[in-house]
Amino acid sequence: MNIVVLMKQVPDTWAERKLDPSDNTLDREASDAVINEIDEYAIEEGLRLKEAHGGEVTVLTMGPQRATESIRKALSMGADKGVHVVDDALHGSCAITTAKVLAKALGTLDYDLVVAGVEATDSRLSVVPALVAEATGLPQLTGARKVTADGSTITIERVSDSGYDVIQASTPAVLSVVEKINDPRYPSFKGIMAAKSKPVQTVSLADLGIAPDEVGLAAATTTVESFEVAPPRSAGTVVKDEGQGGVAIADFLASKKLI
Amino acid sequence: MAEVLVLVDSANGTLKKSATELLTAARSLGEPSAVVIGAPGTAEALAGQLAEFGAAKVYVAESDDFGSYLVAPKAEVLARIAGQASPAAILVASTPENKEIAARTAFKLDSGFLADAVELAEDGTATQSIFGGAVSVKSKAKGTPVISLRANSVAASPQTGAAEQVSVELSLSEAAKGAKIVDRVSEAKSSRPSLQDASVIVSGGRGVGSADNFKVVEQVADALGAAVGASRAATDAGWVPHTMQVGQTGVTVAPQLYVALGISGAIQHRAGMQTSKTIVAVNKDNEAPIFELADFGVVGDLFTVAPQLAEEVSKRKG
Ligand SMILES: Cc1cc2nc3c(=O)[nH]c(=O)nc-3n(C[C@H](O)[C@H](O)[C@H](O)COP(=O)(O)OP(=O)(O)OC[C@H]3O[C@@H](n4cnc5c(N)ncnc54)[C@H](O)[C@@H]3O)c2cc1C
Ligand SMILES: Nc1ncnc2c1ncn2[C@@H]1O[C@H](COP(=O)(O)O)[C@@H](O)[C@H]1O
Repeated sequence: MNIVVLMKQVPDTWAERKLDPSDNTLDREASDAVINEIDEYAIEEGLRLKEAHGGEVTVLTMGPQRATESIRKALSMGADKGVHVVDDALHGSCAITTAKVLAKALGTLDYDLVVAGVEATDSRLSVVPALVAEATGLPQLTGARKVTADGSTITIERVSDSGYDVIQASTPAVLSVVEKINDPRYPSFKGIMAAKSKPVQTVSLADLGIAPDEVGLAAATTTVESFEVAPPRSAGTVVKDEGQGGVAIADFLASKKLI
Repeated sequence: MAEVLVLVDSANGTLKKSATELLTAARSLGEPSAVVIGAPGTAEALAGQLAEFGAAKVYVAESDDFGSYLVAPKAEVLARIAGQASPAAILVASTPENKEIAARTAFKLDSGFLADAVELAEDGTATQSIFGGAVSVKSKAKGTPVISLRANSVAASPQTGAAEQVSVELSLSEAAKGAKIVDRVSEAKSSRPSLQDASVIVSGGRGVGSADNFKVVEQVADALGAAVGASRAATDAGWVPHTMQVGQTGVTVAPQLYVALGISGAIQHRAGMQTSKTIVAVNKDNEAPIFELADFGVVGDLFTVAPQLAEEVSKRKG
């Protein structure tokens, strides 16, 4: 089973994240960049499916030049090759454009299953996998906490608001996973060495037959008109419980008219 | 006045609170039209409530297929209705499924999708809170804006509407039937308010220690009329169902009051609760990061502080 994992590089959530005032887009230079945490679970699930059923794992990302570092990390975990869509014209692309570009890139690959994370920590949209399903016309299997593959049938447990739903589709399909699905492995020393010689293909918009004016900030379906840095949450009162802690909270709630 | 399509969620013949909020919010953009997508009979049961919250029209798309396939059929129908109604905007409540429906609808309409708005302006500009509440942005979408609104962003208020029913032609593409729902499993359901809708939430973490001890969290919740939430440590341990997980990969909430008991405040937990209006924390470790967010914190043992709080609240409520 050939698998393509959709991996996004994001600013480290522990670092300060900023918008660039010149065009109101995310300043991707301002902070350390890491693999979107849940995408590590997607990579792990891809590797487990490959280990069980054979095939290859390809990591596909659309992002700036420095996203190659994250592709290398995925290769050191055990993925076989990387495809990096990189083009200056992509800066400021919206989710819908991102999905269209990823779908075009998928069109150049041979796969049975696309595995994504459920949500990127920078956009917090949780819609790109559904949009990739829309753009490719493939079945959408999103929000999986468990995946089983039996021949060409994929079955997932999708988290719902009252429990979970069991959803089934035939390959090829688009899957997204939540963090409950597995525990991602750490790259081994051997994996890190092997990653250095694994192929990473760089793909431009021209390679995908996409015109620069179809993507990027100008073509975005959503635009940020303005932004404001919220005043930092001022540190509140912290008291030590000396027998009256519960009463102190009740007093506080009453002062805020919350009880 | 242009129509504003509102995808209304319901359960057991009752509108969800989020649907009444959306119908209220829609009035500032135009004339609200409810869209009911579900099993046959759904719209009939909701008719009275939709009229009470100002729906001028009710688009009725009913078929058992909607319960059999994931997301894609609903997006297809919503886009078809939008194609006919040319609405000023389409509103949905911010749940994972609705966001997927909304995004796929926007894709089909060649329009923009704005996620998790906390405020809407008359011209369709949405205010969103990003980076865990550190930055607030105003965004616009091209075409027919498709917007998901966070729970508790507006207060629902009734207004009479004609709720004239319009039935929608149903013909789903084969592609929309790719992902089949073969089973729905419900995990423990409580009589408390749902996390998505609640205006007060009391959550417990690893510090609670066991399933049995969660009683302590529930007591505080019941005294405050609150929903019960949990950190991932508590859901992973199996003390409470995972549907109660608050955080990055759980439910994102922004209640009036969030009480965290025995929760350290890991970044993934904060991502789901840090835009709560007021935050109270009880933790025995005075260096727990949750205190950086708390408006009021008590350093102490939750097993003494929480029962005292529950008792004190009940007493004051008389
Ligand atoms: C990809 C990913 C996604 C994640 N998504 C989520 C998510 O959606 N939601 C989420 O919550 N987590 C999530 N996590 C997990 C998160 O990183 C933390 O591990 C988790 O939130 C910790 O839960 P906790 O605060 O209950 O436990 P701990 O961090 O162990 O904290 C327990 C706290 O209880 C205190 N305590 C212990 N006993 C008492 C007592 N008797 N009285 C008072 N205080 C006491 C301790 O001092 C401690 O601060 C995610 C992690 C990853 C990697
Ligand atoms: N630029 C991108 N390149 C590759 N994968 C992406 C990209 N953006 C989003 N994804 C995938 O889509 C998931 C959800 O992202 P989002 O919808 O932005 O929250 C991520 O976890 C990734 O798997």
